[in-house]
Amino acid sequence: MQETVIEAGRSEKHYWADIIRFRELLWILAVRDITVRYKQTMIGVAWAVVRPIMTVLVFVFAFHKVAKIEDTSGVDFKIIVFTGVIFWNFFATAFQQVSNSITGNANLVSKVYFPRLLMPLSSVAVPLLDFFVGFIVLVPFLIYSGISVDYHLFFVPVFLFFAFMAALSLGIIFASLNVQYRDFQQIVPLIVQYGFFICPVAYSTSSIKELSWYPFYTWLNPLAGIIEGFRWCLIPNYPYFTWDSFLPTIIFVCLTTIIAIIFFRKRENSFVDYI
Amino acid sequence: MTVIEAQNVSKRYIIDHKKGNAKSDTFREVITNTFRNMFTKGEEDEVEHEDFWALKDVSFKIEQGDRVGVVGSNGAGKSTLLKVLSRITEPTQGKITIKGRVASLLEVGTGFHPELSGRENIFLNGAILGMKRDEIKKHFDAIVDFAGVEKFLDTPVKRYSSGMYVRLGFAISAHLEPEIMIVDEVLAVGDADFQRKCLGKMKDASTSGRTILFVSHNLTAVQGLCNKAMYMQKGQLIQMGETNLIMSNYLSQIQKTDLQVTYSNQNEAPGNDRVRLKSVKLVPNYLDNQNHLDVRTSFKIQIEFWNFMDQANLNISLHVNSLTGECIFNIGTPSIKFEKGIISAECEIPSDFLNDGSYSLSFMIVKDTASVIYNFEEALIFEIEDYREGTVWYGKWPGYVRPKIEFPIMQLEYENAI
Repeated sequence: MQETVIEAGRSEKHYWADIIRFRELLWILAVRDITVRYKQTMIGVAWAVVRPIMTVLVFVFAFHKVAKIEDTSGVDFKIIVFTGVIFWNFFATAFQQVSNSITGNANLVSKVYFPRLLMPLSSVAVPLLDFFVGFIVLVPFLIYSGISVDYHLFFVPVFLFFAFMAALSLGIIFASLNVQYRDFQQIVPLIVQYGFFICPVAYSTSSIKELSWYPFYTWLNPLAGIIEGFRWCLIPNYPYFTWDSFLPTIIFVCLTTIIAIIFFRKRENSFVDYI
Repeated sequence: MTVIEAQNVSKRYIIDHKKGNAKSDTFREVITNTFRNMFTKGEEDEVEHEDFWALKDVSFKIEQGDRVGVVGSNGAGKSTLLKVLSRITEPTQGKITIKGRVASLLEVGTGFHPELSGRENIFLNGAILGMKRDEIKKHFDAIVDFAGVEKFLDTPVKRYSSGMYVRLGFAISAHLEPEIMIVDEVLAVGDADFQRKCLGKMKDASTSGRTILFVSHNLTAVQGLCNKAMYMQKGQLIQMGETNLIMSNYLSQIQKTDLQVTYSNQNEAPGNDRVRLKSVKLVPNYLDNQNHLDVRTSFKIQIEFWNFMDQANLNISLHVNSLTGECIFNIGTPSIKFEKGIISAECEIPSDFLNDGSYSLSFMIVKDTASVIYNFEEALIFEIEDYREGTVWYGKWPGYVRPKIEFPIMQLEYENAI
């Protein structure tokens, strides 16, 4: 028979086993978020297709036609924007959903026990689904622009994984802080808004190649490496990504993941007292 | 076998009493206050921390198959104890060892999503409560049947009536099959018929050897369902043991209304220059091991008053009223000629007569059977607790009186004899 010991500050031995045991709940929470998303809408899931296309059209107009940004490598600007947008959307919505996941499920936190980590984990489901839909929509654009993908395509999951971990770990840190200080609810949208301009979403790094601090760029913005890496997977001979420049991202993601886990585990047992 | 063992479990909350403008609810305030305190040494912005112990050194053991009722007034720490046991919050001190799967029902319909249909919510809520998908599938029809929502299975629960919502919530939890079940006040909701269903289901669960911890203010339900009880007060466990013993101790504690009012000083006593009240007493004839009034207890009402009149024909008219002010009955003494001095009257209210509830005594002193000399209104307030056996109905027993009248029932004819 299963024995549970409850004690102050006790790090539950079976914590990770518990997460496996509760995997059905993880799945059901994820399905809940996805089903609820398009309830009472007329075109339903089609929104997942309409939204990225609209975004890309507006950005191409604003950045390419109005602001006259060109890409020196000669890649179709639509593809630069599209790849940037679906990746950034994934990161941004995942980060936002995760950071609201604890306060958004306050009724569960105060009424029932399960490993709290399930809440941030399950809230990545919606952005992940959106990413896959966006990826499928990207295919006709690639064909139209005459781009034929090569074996680099198989590296997509690698960059997706890093984006996933970055969004999750940053989100978890913010989610834990958000329980006690709702200020973080205000900060998160700002980060997302500024992040869009700081990261090479609607432009590629070719635009900043001439700047004196360019050699440190990936150290200053570890997320940039993920987006450029994603483009490198889809666009043959894409020049702005090297595995060296990806090193800062790897270090960054590992660090935030460790911090997030320690931070969350330390605070999760007292969430209910502050929520 | 001991399934739950708690050793010196305590839970502390820190309450901040803030002076001045030193509120630190938002991050900004924490930062600004920290900086300000660095320079001002916090002269004006002192935050007083006060420890509040919601639970203090609670230790107990619960054996397998026990049905334990937790009783206590509001703020006694009952709900905190359940929260600690169900791992929602962790104790500040102490240790609890639990053997077996625990399901806690601190609320029915936990995690219901208003946009999802009844069907989807059954799976969602079931999973939240720790049921496996197969288990939910197995019980699905029984759940729907129990809740009576077949027609609305595919309607979002936001369109449910509150009754349907609660029924569906309870139906799911009633089909949980954990070894230990922790239940908080589920009976506060739903209509009488539904409450009966719930309690019946809990009784079934307990006969199948499951351990149940049950918090309720419905003492009748606790008495009927539980074989053991815990009495808590101000975060401490006062007593734990057989239900009847604990309940009678608890009830004698909460029957705070004094069963007598006595005035030793004539000048302070209510009345006028002709009569003044000396005392009103309610004297229960307790049964063995009884220390509080319940429907089985007979009791005497004794009244004493000072009479300042010579040669007066006096009688007392006694009213027993419900707390809403309706008169339940009125009795009068014979009218007798009295001299100055102390006069006393006594009557006996039989057992199995008044129903459970709160009552007030009022009486008038009447001269010559016609003129009221003084009306002592609400001279005494008393409570009668419920007691019943041989029934699974734990709702409020209706009516003001509760006579024990023989009511035989029998089979008159058999169908195949016709």
